[in-house]
Amino acid sequence: MFYGKSGDRMTAQQSIWGTTVFDGQQAMKGYALNKMCYSFNDAANRAAFLRDEAAYCRRFGLTDEQRRAVARRDVLAMIAAGGNIYYLAKLAGIFGLNVQDVGAQQTGLTVEEFKARLLAARG
Amino acid sequence: MATIIGAVATSHIPGIGIALARQQQNEPYWKPFFDGYPPVNAWLERMRPDVAVVIYNDHGLNFFLDKMPTFAIGAAAEYRNADEGWGLESQPPFPGHPQLSWHLIESLMAEEFDLTTCQEMLVDHGFVVPMQLLWPGRRDLPLCVPIDVNTVQHPLPTPARCYKFGAALGRAIASFPEPLRVVLVGTGGLSHQLDGKRAGFINRDFDLLWIEELLSDPLALTRFSIHDVVECAGSQGAELIMWLTMRGALTGQVRCLHRNYHIPISNTAAGLLLLEQAA
Repeated sequence: MFYGKSGDRMTAQQSIWGTTVFDGQQAMKGYALNKMCYSFNDAANRAAFLRDEAAYCRRFGLTDEQRRAVARRDVLAMIAAGGNIYYLAKLAGIFGLNVQDVGAQQTGLTVEEFKARLLAARG
Repeated sequence: MATIIGAVATSHIPGIGIALARQQQNEPYWKPFFDGYPPVNAWLERMRPDVAVVIYNDHGLNFFLDKMPTFAIGAAAEYRNADEGWGLESQPPFPGHPQLSWHLIESLMAEEFDLTTCQEMLVDHGFVVPMQLLWPGRRDLPLCVPIDVNTVQHPLPTPARCYKFGAALGRAIASFPEPLRVVLVGTGGLSHQLDGKRAGFINRDFDLLWIEELLSDPLALTRFSIHDVVECAGSQGAELIMWLTMRGALTGQVRCLHRNYHIPISNTAAGLLLLEQAA
């Protein structure tokens, strides 16, 4: 079995450090948030979100927790509220953020530090 | 009868599509990645497959959580691409081969793989980026049959299930009555994680183990659970199951004609394999 470079011990039957497996529970919890993010496949919906973010969130019935997470642009909080990263990436795209930006935010690193961590995986 | 002439496994990171649009192939960041492809392009030019059967995963363009199939197959005359939300330029439609699609559906269903069949299916970067990499400028672009595997919502199909699906797919292709030359394409991976505090996780040792066993003893990879794959390859590294699905369709020993591995492209360890069936 392999271990994370952070040295955190992980075993197959235990939860994986720093990881939320997107299962049925998460899928139910995050449905409204993910549905809103799925709508951003359409450019007109992205524009509507930017025109009136609060109204757009209301239209999709986001929970208070989800609305707060979106308002704060807090990706970890969105995941805790059931968000799935594939859909959340479409929301991040509206703000011009790529997966390095999102990775840096979640890990508390600067984007340069996050990129350096990726490079270090070359070993 | 149809023949599988070989198989390609490749990563499908959206950033690759952006780099292609900006013609950044020779920039220092991108060169070690793009330099992997000319030998595969040359092989495809020489082999001229009629059809590509492409095993990929949708990332929330065609499928949403309202209806999430485990295995879905295109059965359309063409497959359209669309904006995925972050301004990737849409590619023109990809021509399909609906007769082959329906043959595969009938054959796989007879082997107890219950597929979702799609007469309309938008294809996202998981499909489009490999097509751009393998057939630059669309020269000799083959017809295609896309097959989607759920990697979004757990439970995902196990590696064992994917391997068996691949084996049934190989038999299905081989029993098509016309003399088509088919190339298999498995896309996604290798190790990466986009979400959570473990974002940025890459595991070179596990990627190389996966590649070695994929070549020499793919059945051995079925010992891993999806939980193992997520733990060892990252949340989105679960895409490794598409490589195993592809390998399942090749019987017995394979020859690896070309390979490349590069860390990182975007947040991902990028991999490439070109395989032929050993005689």
